[in-house]
Amino acid sequence: MISLLLRRLALALMVTLTVLTISFALTRLSGDIAVSIAGPAASAEDVAIIRKTYGFDRPLPVQFVDWVRSAASGDLGRSYLYRQPVSELIRDRLPTTLKLGVSALLLALFTALPLGILAAMREGSLVDRGVMLVALVGQAMPGFWLALLLIIQFGLNLQWLPIAGAEDWTGYVLPAIVLAFSAIPALMRLTRSGMIDALSSDYVRTARAKGLSRASIVLKHAARNAAMPVVAISAVQLGALLGGSIVIEAVFALHGVGYLAWESISKNDFPVVQAVVLFLAVIYIALTLIADLFNAVLDPRLRAA
Amino acid sequence: MTPETVLEVRDLRVRFGTGVDAVRGVSLGVRAGETHCLVGESGCGKSVTALAVMGLLARGATRNAALVAFRGTDMMALSEREMARLRGDKIAMIFQEPMTSLNPAFTIGSQMAEVLERHRGGGRRRALDRAAGLLGRVGVSAPGMRLAQYPHQLSGGLRQRVMIAMALMCEPELLIADEPTTALDVTVQAQILRLLVELQRDLGLAILLITHDLGVVARVAHRVSVMYAGEVVESAAVDELFAAPSHPYTRALLACVPVPGTVRRDQPLGSIPGTVPRMRPGFVGCAFRARCRYAMDVCAEAVPERLRAPGHRYLCQLAA
Amino acid sequence: MIAVRLRMASTLLGAAIVLAVAGVALLAPLLVPHDPFAQDLMTRLVPPMWLDGGQAAHPFGTDQLGRDYLSRLIYGARISMLIGIATVVTSGLIGTTLGVLGGFFGGWVDDAVMFVITCRLSIPLVLVALAVVSLVGSSLSVVVLTLGLLLWDRFAVVSRTTTMQVRNLDYVSAARAAGCSRVSIMLREVLPNIVHHLAVVATLEMALAILLEAALSFLGLGVPAPLPSWGLMIAEAKDYMFFTPWVIQIPGIALFVLVLGINLLGDGLRDLLGAARDA
Repeated sequence: MISLLLRRLALALMVTLTVLTISFALTRLSGDIAVSIAGPAASAEDVAIIRKTYGFDRPLPVQFVDWVRSAASGDLGRSYLYRQPVSELIRDRLPTTLKLGVSALLLALFTALPLGILAAMREGSLVDRGVMLVALVGQAMPGFWLALLLIIQFGLNLQWLPIAGAEDWTGYVLPAIVLAFSAIPALMRLTRSGMIDALSSDYVRTARAKGLSRASIVLKHAARNAAMPVVAISAVQLGALLGGSIVIEAVFALHGVGYLAWESISKNDFPVVQAVVLFLAVIYIALTLIADLFNAVLDPRLRAA
Repeated sequence: MTPETVLEVRDLRVRFGTGVDAVRGVSLGVRAGETHCLVGESGCGKSVTALAVMGLLARGATRNAALVAFRGTDMMALSEREMARLRGDKIAMIFQEPMTSLNPAFTIGSQMAEVLERHRGGGRRRALDRAAGLLGRVGVSAPGMRLAQYPHQLSGGLRQRVMIAMALMCEPELLIADEPTTALDVTVQAQILRLLVELQRDLGLAILLITHDLGVVARVAHRVSVMYAGEVVESAAVDELFAAPSHPYTRALLACVPVPGTVRRDQPLGSIPGTVPRMRPGFVGCAFRARCRYAMDVCAEAVPERLRAPGHRYLCQLAA
Repeated sequence: MIAVRLRMASTLLGAAIVLAVAGVALLAPLLVPHDPFAQDLMTRLVPPMWLDGGQAAHPFGTDQLGRDYLSRLIYGARISMLIGIATVVTSGLIGTTLGVLGGFFGGWVDDAVMFVITCRLSIPLVLVALAVVSLVGSSLSVVVLTLGLLLWDRFAVVSRTTTMQVRNLDYVSAARAAGCSRVSIMLREVLPNIVHHLAVVATLEMALAILLEAALSFLGLGVPAPLPSWGLMIAEAKDYMFFTPWVIQIPGIALFVLVLGINLLGDGLRDLLGAARDA
């Protein structure tokens, strides 16, 4: 268990370093970054001043080491646009994105798990077909388009919910539904196929031969074994939801981290872009690490490894 | 049948959704303290017969029978809930694959204890005590420690002992064992068989043992039913069957077993050419006729049941 | 039996949708009733012909600049199909190379491949794609290249595991014993035996690429205007959707149907070719 933890931590650290490198390289893609910041109207002197102020005149390796060193100490640089530390910006915007991502994941789990289990229990039935159809539709639905359709229907026609912003919790309802919709198909398919495998396994046959109740067979013996891939994918999905909320936050004008990233990309505020990429990557790495450890608790065979 | 009959099956039929008749009119009885062996090649329907008796058939398979009675109660008339109350309590079953038959996610103790908790109640502590006692009884060393272990930490032979101990949690009257030694090493096989014989003697268990191995039959059986293509083609007390095999299939089966001293090194071992056919509904006649050296035209017609001796029946056109 | 027939029907439906969209994309110049780029400010936001005020000359109506919606939709099919296919080819090459190498050689090569896959998965997809397109400048080829460089992970994962399974099969050992070179074993023995798994992944990735391109274009950082990307059409029409909802409904339905078709085809292929269920 301890060695598993250490190996996972070492891997996570290496991946984080790689992402640091990538996020640094990313913002140097455009060629002369000082020109992009200065904008089209700037004179050559302006550009030179910017280059000097931000240290772009130093050699790239020096800039890189500087970026890694400050990132490690929690300093993610300053936004050109807002003229404040990026870490403050992210901290202010994070609650919105977290509320959105977590409620979307919960919504997705509460929909996908029962439906996936039900479909597996009645494989081939009408219920099963219906569930698979929902998964198929969910997979093909462009999120931003669904968002617009819901805005028209519930925001404009029925006027039940706000169409933009998050004054109170009602502002999160539509975005969370749209975001959940993107996570439901994968979760549902995985729950269903995992449960079908588990329900046809030898140990479930043993459980039935022991005369256990149907609830115990399905929810204890089968679900425990089907849960492992679902836990792993849930972590991945939460990471994807936080990353994917950029589109949804843009549509619903929710001022979260995604909106911040979109804004910074459009306005060449590269320290923010760089920092948000790193931030989301670290969250993803942490989530998969937690999922691995959680699975080790679920599966005794992994604990020994 | 005599009153001590624990399990009685009359004219059991199982049809798969794919349109195959897996079991075609099987009848058999198991008495208290008796081991009844169901023998046959793979695919002959012996495991399906066992699962049908337990009410554990996979979805898509339907069963039909004149009678499947446990201690005189017709199990065909029981609801799924009532059947579940019987399974694991009065009737227990163990399986061929000890490696996969235990749930990898739970400890041995928890899997054993839940049987007693389900059928008798009375709390985990008492159930675990009984589990530890039974593990000791089936020859598992350090039973207290095993309770906290997971299946992957045990060898195949140990897991099968755990399965047997688990089956005994509620003192069943009938144990159905589906090829319990097939997946094990030869030495372990012998130990498990000896254990079953001991347990039967001590507890008065009725055992329905499914196997393809005539060596196993010779060691443990009191009665034998030979299955072929979903039918019991011959049924007799074990000595009677080995002494006077009457169905050509039984004879061919016995001829496949090398007996020390009678086999010459340059002689090939016996085998039955061909495989067990899949039976489609509407099939008439003897299913073995395509592989039978005595096959006649009349074998395509309905086969009579013949009585060789009291309690020794077989299905064939040939008189003894 | 019903299940099998239903499966057949849905696979055929998927194939029909994909073939139809591909055909429309190929023959676009012959099919369009109008020039998709020609603006006509006198006929702006004409509704489609099944609504009041529709004109037979513009069956799907016109957009906010008076461009014929059907013609733009038809040219949009070209963009979606091009993005889908080009991305799958690029990402397929990258991912399969990595996966086969890792699965075939094992050891430190495999560790390295797994590490690269893990790194790729940690990178926030939409964000990085947006950033790259924004920094390099938006054009069709930049979008294709960006998506191709980002979407190879599933190819790598699937080709890696399937290569591992194939590697230990008898004919591969036989080829190795016969002294075939490693490269020729990978190309002649391994690749043909995993290609059906990759076909299923290809459909998944194609659908994902098309949806991502639409999302990027919708956010204004994908295919540049005035190209008629379906995502861009939705973005441009967004301001009018409260009054004339069909302006976003029509391109959205096109997008949805195409992706649905690809997924149906992929599911069918998976069953037909017996690929792993969770590939």
